[in-house]
This record gives sequence, C-alpha cells and structure tokens, in this order.
Amino acid sequence: MNLSYLFDAAHWDFSTSGSIPQLLLSHIWYVFLALVIGTAIALPIGLYIGHTGRGSFIAINAGNAGRSLPTLGLLMLMVTLLGLGLLPVLIALTVLVIPPILTSAYAGLRSLDQRVVDAARGVGMRPWQVLTRVELPMALPVLMSGFRSAALQVVATATVAAAVGLGGLGRLLIDGLAVNDYSRVLAGAIVVAVLAVLLDLILALAQRWIISPGLRASR
Amino acid sequence: MKRFGRFSLVSAAVALTVALTACGADEDPLANDNGGGSAAPGTITVGSANFAESELLAEIYSQALEAKGVQVKRQFNIGARELYLKALQDGSIDLLPEYNGALLSALQKGGAAEGVSSPEDVLAALKKVLPSGTEVLEQAAAEDKDTLTVTQETATKYSLKTIDDLKPVAGQLTIGAGPEWQERFQGLKGLEQVYGVKFKEFKPLDAGGPLTVNALTKNQIQVGNIFSTDSSIAKNKFVVLEDPKNLYLAENIIPLIRTTANNPTVTGALNAVSAKLTTENLTTTLAKVQLDKQDTASVAKGWLSENGLV
Repeated sequence: MNLSYLFDAAHWDFSTSGSIPQLLLSHIWYVFLALVIGTAIALPIGLYIGHTGRGSFIAINAGNAGRSLPTLGLLMLMVTLLGLGLLPVLIALTVLVIPPILTSAYAGLRSLDQRVVDAARGVGMRPWQVLTRVELPMALPVLMSGFRSAALQVVATATVAAAVGLGGLGRLLIDGLAVNDYSRVLAGAIVVAVLAVLLDLILALAQRWIISPGLRASR
Repeated sequence: MKRFGRFSLVSAAVALTVALTACGADEDPLANDNGGGSAAPGTITVGSANFAESELLAEIYSQALEAKGVQVKRQFNIGARELYLKALQDGSIDLLPEYNGALLSALQKGGAAEGVSSPEDVLAALKKVLPSGTEVLEQAAAEDKDTLTVTQETATKYSLKTIDDLKPVAGQLTIGAGPEWQERFQGLKGLEQVYGVKFKEFKPLDAGGPLTVNALTKNQIQVGNIFSTDSSIAKNKFVVLEDPKNLYLAENIIPLIRTTANNPTVTGALNAVSAKLTTENLTTTLAKVQLDKQDTASVAKGWLSENGLV
C-alpha cells in the first residue's frame, strides 16, 4: 500500500492550490450547502405531510424516485443545461439529500403514538404547538437518522464535483486515475472515508445533545 | 436510534477497510486483474481510451479481426494513456488504437526530441522506446492531433491565429482539458516551456469531450483541448490555433499490440485497416457517432464495408 501521497507534507500545505486541506475545505463546503438546501426543502414538506397525513403518497414516491436517480447522470445533464459551476453540482447533491430527510420526517411523525398527539390536543395545544412541542421533539430520533444517512451519502457523492471541473476530494480520485497515480487515489479515498466517519461521530454527539432525555431513557 | 448510529459507523468502517484492502495488495489495481489476459487462448482483448474516436477505432479493429475469424474481447473506455498503457503491459488488454506522436511523448523521457515531428520520424523514434513485449503495426495516413481551440469570438477579440498569439493574453484566459493535462508535457508544461504561455486558470474537464465543447460554447473556458477530427469544430465554427513550434507532433493512428497476441492473420487484418484510414474518412465517420448519435458498432461496420474489409 502506497501512502506516500497522503503523508507527503507538501500536499498538506494550505497555501498551495490543490493541496489536501484546500480540497477538504471545498468538499465540506459542497456537503454543507447541499445539506442546508436539502433540509430547507425536505424538512417542511416532510413535517407537513407527517402532521396532516395529506399527500403521503407524494412523500413515498418522491423519496423512491429521488433515490433511484443516478447522481452522476443528473450532474452531467445539469452541466449540459446550465454550464459549469457550483449550481449543477448543488442541484445534483440536493436531489440526493432530499429523499432520506423527507421520508424520515414523514415517518418520524407518523410513527408517533397517536394517543400522545391526542393528549396534546386534549390539553388545548394549537396545531402549531402540537407540531413543535410534541411531534417534532418525539420524531427527532428518526429524523436525525435520516439526516445522518443523507450526510454520509452526500460526503461520499460530493466527489462527483471533480468530474465537472470543480474541487473537492474527488479531484484526488479523478486526477490520480487520469495520470495513473494510485497513491493519490488512495489518499483521496482515505480522506473521504475519514471525513465520513468524523461527520457521523459529530452528528451522533449532536443527536445525544438535542434529543430529549426522556426519550432516551425509554430505550 | 442508537442502533442506526452504530450501523452507519460500522458500514463506514467496512467501506474504509474494503477500500484499503482493495488498494492494499498492490498500488495498481489493474495489476491484479487477470480478467483480460486469461480469456480463451487465441482471444485478443481490444482496449480503448475514454473518448469517442478511440472507441470507434477499437471497434473497427475488433470487427476487422472478427471478420478474419479471430476471437475478440472488448474492454473499451479504459481511461487516459497513463492508465491503459499499464493495462497493456500487464496483459489485461492486447491491442489498442494509438496515436504515434502522443505515444512517443508519453514514452520518451522529457518528450519527443526537437525536430522529430513528421509521421516517419515520429514512427522511427517511437519504435526505439516501445515497452518490451509490445510492437506497433503499420500506421494510417489518418491523423488526429491535440489542438488548442477557441471560439470565433475569442479569436477575433484577441486576434488569435497561432498558439504564439496566446502569450500576451493567456493570463486572462481559462483553459479546459482532461485532468492529465496538468502534468503532461504536451499539456500545460509544454505550453509554458515551448511557447511561454501561462493561463489564468486550468479547468480539469474531459479529453476533448462534450464537457469541454460545452464549456467553450458557454465561454466558461476560452481555450479548449479538442481533437482535430472532432466534428464539433466545424459545427460550432471554432478556430483551431496553429502550432508553429510543433509542440503537438504528427498523430497518425497506429495499432499498438502485445507481441504475444500478434500473428500474420492479426497483422494482415489491422494493416488493411490502416491502409484505408484517412483523416477525411475518419472525420466523417466519427461525425456519425458524435453528431448523428449513431451506434459505434454499426458505424464501424459501415466504414469496414465501404472500404471492402468485411
């Protein structure tokens, strides 16, 4: 196993363009943007469907259709339509992020014990209060698992940005393959994998912190 | 939900382990692949680079061989030269369509010697540096060169005719090419050393493929590496910059083959293809794939029957 590219100090110099820290930073930036945009779109829709029970077939079908779209194909299509740049990459990655968050928000609300929701209504909560004070906190464990799976998927898939001339850790994979430098490809694969593990750890900690202790004790 | 958290961590760890062991045994994954070489005896595995023309030529070779009763296994769309040459040397593939000049520059340390640019000189120099166990057959008259290509507007705006004209303005321009151009002599390095041309930015795209053409028409790159037989040049009225210092050598199409896979039948079939292949008929045939979106196999078949080879 040739780790020379990964451990060469020159490749870790932040000031050189194309160095690992720079690529890492742009990679995280793409992941962050895709997660923020994807959540902003999927979460309200998922909560609405879960809360009202209306349009659940949309949630299920959109979720399944979105999952089956090949990201690379979608990306190439977007580049043909929109040209190069960050926008086509963000669209392709956001489409990847939406299904798990949408379905987990919907499933999280649907799986709640309806007696709890009835009780909330019974004590005089308004629909908005039922959603924000009862349904959402109790659905958080399911919701977070959807978010974490979206985050892991997008960390791995954001490497496609390099296929259309952008940065990110995919540069190491694609440039390494193009010039037959497997040490570089390996470095890219390792950094992506480590980033995925770290991100999942951080989200696991966040999950412990934001989920009500009452819910945790019950499991 | 704790279980899910653990599961995703474990799967990430498994993915990492798989990635490590897959690359771990050897730094070159192709080296462990006996897939191509261990095909039925007498079978020739034909490879190609990852662009339309290479695939078309590989398909023409394959069908010409099959017409002579040779068993053929197709392993197309492998990648850039740096990648498929390794595959050829380790026996994963037996035969490839190559370009004499580009192959010479890839094999010769420091690139082709000065003054070597005619098809004959290039072929002679190439024969001296071929990897052991491989040989080239007869080269075709057909040529397909790397070019620096700009749009009509860019050419007019900066009055560009040759690569030399780029020198004063390159600092404002972005160039797009395959990622390998960043490190190849006949890419950015040669442009800087031979012409003193240094671009503002390099965008790693594809080797003269749809991404590069698209970016050029949208002016997201101003200079693109497009192959001279590419039908998109005529279609988009692109301007191909002349190369007065011959950074890009003769690029005649030539079959590169493993000696162990070669025999008189194979040589005969491939030399017959080279004898009929011209830049003109290659350009029109390639346009059928690129512009008319016809199937490569049927286009190859059409070319072979037009030229009386099947």
